[in-house]
Amino acid sequence: MTALNPGGWRPEMTAAGGADDTTTFTGNRALMLEEALIFEIGSTATTGVDFDETAPAADLGALTRSAPIGLPGLSEAETVRHYTRLSRQNYAIDLGLFPLGSCTMKHNPRLNEKVARMPGFADAHPLQPQETVQGAYAVIHELAEWLITLTGMDSVAMSPKAGAHGELCGILCIKAALEARGEDRRVILVPESAHGTNPATAAFAGFTVEDIPATEAGRVNLEALKARLGPDVAGVMITNPNTCGLFERDMKAISDAVHAAGGYVYCDGANFNAIVGRVRPGDLGVDAMHINLHKTFSTPHGGGGPGSGPVVLSEALAPFAPLPFVTKHAGGFRLIEEESAGEDHPQTFGRMTAFHGQMGMFTRALAYILSHGADGLKQVAEDAVLNANYVLRSLEGVLDAPFAASGPCMHEALFSDKGLAEGFSTLDIAKGLIDEGYHPMTVYFPLVVHGAMLVEPTETESKAALDQFIGALRSVAMRARNGDPALKTAPHFAPRARLDETAAARKPVLAWQG
Amino acid sequence: MRYLPLTTDDRSAMLATIGAASIDDLFADVPVDARLDGPIADLPLHASELAVERHMAALSRQNRAAGDGPFFLGAGAYRHHVPASVDHLIQRGEFLTAYTPYQPEIAQGTLQMLFEFQSQVARLLGTDVANASMYDGSTACWEAIVMARRITKRGKALLSTGLHPHYRSVARTMAKYTGDVLVDGDPSLEAGTDWAALAAAIDKETSCVVVQYPDILGRIDDMTTLASACQAAGALLIAVVTEPVALGLIKAPGEMGADIVVGEGQSIGVGLQFGGPYVGLFACKTKYVRQMPGRLCGETVDANGKRGFVLTLSTREQHIRREKATSNICTNSGLCALAFSIHMTLLGEAGLRQLAAINHGRAKMAATELAKIPGVSVLNNSYFNEFTLLLPTEARPVIHKLAERDILGGVSLGRLYPANANLANGLVVAVTETVTEADISAFAAALKEVLA
Repeated sequence: MTALNPGGWRPEMTAAGGADDTTTFTGNRALMLEEALIFEIGSTATTGVDFDETAPAADLGALTRSAPIGLPGLSEAETVRHYTRLSRQNYAIDLGLFPLGSCTMKHNPRLNEKVARMPGFADAHPLQPQETVQGAYAVIHELAEWLITLTGMDSVAMSPKAGAHGELCGILCIKAALEARGEDRRVILVPESAHGTNPATAAFAGFTVEDIPATEAGRVNLEALKARLGPDVAGVMITNPNTCGLFERDMKAISDAVHAAGGYVYCDGANFNAIVGRVRPGDLGVDAMHINLHKTFSTPHGGGGPGSGPVVLSEALAPFAPLPFVTKHAGGFRLIEEESAGEDHPQTFGRMTAFHGQMGMFTRALAYILSHGADGLKQVAEDAVLNANYVLRSLEGVLDAPFAASGPCMHEALFSDKGLAEGFSTLDIAKGLIDEGYHPMTVYFPLVVHGAMLVEPTETESKAALDQFIGALRSVAMRARNGDPALKTAPHFAPRARLDETAAARKPVLAWQG
Repeated sequence: MRYLPLTTDDRSAMLATIGAASIDDLFADVPVDARLDGPIADLPLHASELAVERHMAALSRQNRAAGDGPFFLGAGAYRHHVPASVDHLIQRGEFLTAYTPYQPEIAQGTLQMLFEFQSQVARLLGTDVANASMYDGSTACWEAIVMARRITKRGKALLSTGLHPHYRSVARTMAKYTGDVLVDGDPSLEAGTDWAALAAAIDKETSCVVVQYPDILGRIDDMTTLASACQAAGALLIAVVTEPVALGLIKAPGEMGADIVVGEGQSIGVGLQFGGPYVGLFACKTKYVRQMPGRLCGETVDANGKRGFVLTLSTREQHIRREKATSNICTNSGLCALAFSIHMTLLGEAGLRQLAAINHGRAKMAATELAKIPGVSVLNNSYFNEFTLLLPTEARPVIHKLAERDILGGVSLGRLYPANANLANGLVVAVTETVTEADISAFAAALKEVLA
């Protein structure tokens, strides 16, 4: 019995288990398999690894770790089964449409996985002599050239580890540029619709964050922004296309106004997928923009990372980019990595991470980019935008779409909870979608729309897949409008019913206590 | 294009549903002069899978893979054998192509794995709790310094000179903007650590003391006295572990009183990957958990009373707290955390202890052999699987001469500390279970030849 998940469903729990009273001895239901924790099924004496030699006796005296550590082991057979069982409790792109707005959950090509595992990339050390890793530098350089060209910018910092780390890179470039000008500007303006990382990043770098007002049409209010600009404003952080799924029509005018007032324009590039190959942020006056390789360029999200967030920079900010970076010379590539790299890069703000960034993501992203080419990437943006507009127009009759009247959306369609029956919410629609076999859309974001539902289908969904999703969401939305009580307790068919998040936070259990 | 399912007919039908005449109508909000007519000029067009694979394989072959010959590099990234099942399991699509587990009912696989990961990390590092991971060890390190400032409301951090110079650089970069004062410096070529001096330097302004264990020169030391000194002065002790395999053999920092333990988890399950992605470990005492950065997974129950897991304490995080968050971090390093956790499960405590002992034994064997070379000596009087050699000449050119002989012979202190001539003869050598006796002999012979 020890192999059973002690907290899992049991026959004797039928009463608490709700309407479905079909019981099994194990708590499993055919292919829906409960799985215990490794701490419940493993033992500290078991190992799934064989070694060629016996270990010599330790000779480190008092520093020797003698107390039990408490790390359970499993045989290889049990390990494979444990993680395979766990994997089956996850929803994933490979299983179906994953319409999580602002996250760009597109198909992850398997060629990318194969390429990343080539030994010259996967089994190379970041501090190998430079002459032994010219191919790795070539990958970084080739990807950098693509990113610069696709965005119409001056240069790119490749080392940031994720989107928010890229934001920090861009904001530190702005701070360094201001310092070089001898100016102490303290305010960064951020729209209320921004990702939470934007204000968090600006605050982390020591700036004061102020809101930019929005227009009725879900965009930055240019006149209000202009009125706020002044000698204390370091810059703005704007997401374009924005988190309402709309292109900021006034982006160039915004940039011109910010520049005229002595500030810089940071663009959150999370939504670059909508415009890749069709619009260059450099043409809109952007000074810095991070690119989520795990969004636009298909590197896998992996259940929450790793990401990768290279930052493209304008000519004005390029001198302040972080170390290290790769340069090309007649004889090959060179890594500029030292703080004393005086003549090469005297104004750098410094290093943001050990080593050179997410190489494993660079190889994947480059394989993706080369596969698409300039023509394919343009098609990516067009199909992503087409799919989102198709969803928007197919559902606006049943779900409130606050900005639909103002024109087309970009790559994501935004709905609100207006019109749902009393007591029914966006959360109920999300949980209802789970029973229909879908991962829900992004919910309650952006904050500027009540009960927001942000749907980003991406370009890798077929029309048939979209039609089925639209049908499912329409059905769930109608149930929410009509007040179907069963929706309040959805999901009914998932590995777990709604989880008690309040209890989890009130008395946190963050590690196995056995 | 093989990744794009829409057909021309689909596109026409969908445009009709939308009520748009052409795709250009959907981009009507883009200012006219910012619209591009066709594919961006001077860029290649789409390519077949075969063509892309061929191109990437050619670039891969321009690198010497670590496994192609004798290999002795460490200094923050270590080459260990990763069982085949680890890479197989992390490529299951349900792990690989899942998102952050924001909908816990259909993400219990990732969430249970994270709970297990957190538990493994906390036990390995000897602490109460650990988070769901950070970008890497270096960013975890500066996040720990910032966390210590939040807790102690003091702004001076004392960095051991044994801290990895890249970690120190990252901390210096951040300190420029956060206003923290860092007291730091280069290491000196001594057998022992600078921890006693650090203990003596703690004052009322000190938020934390940051030590690496084993340190950049491979030295290990007992931090119990330093922990007491920190505690007495109201400062926190932050320990940085860049080679977690060591903790299968030597005492964990948490056991010796460290308040926050951060680390680089790369050496378990993740592989070298030319520097990333890696997995930052972040652990601390329970009383500080609400000041932690990053995601945390916690246990709870569902509406039917079944045990389940959720992301929790998110009121610390940017998506809730925005500019008042403990950090701007959003992602963790989920898939690398999974690889770490699977490898650790395969090892178990027994396997980890054996692996660590083998590493240490191999390193001793190499140190003994290399110290026989005239003019070469070992700096350390204690180490785990990495030590510093003192050469009779500058180490940096030696590394290149060894590479010409197909031996990757460690990391020169000249590369890590280019401005410090006192360290130029130092060579940091790592020896893991992947190194054979033949590799050690070949290294020793080549080094002897190069130095002759």
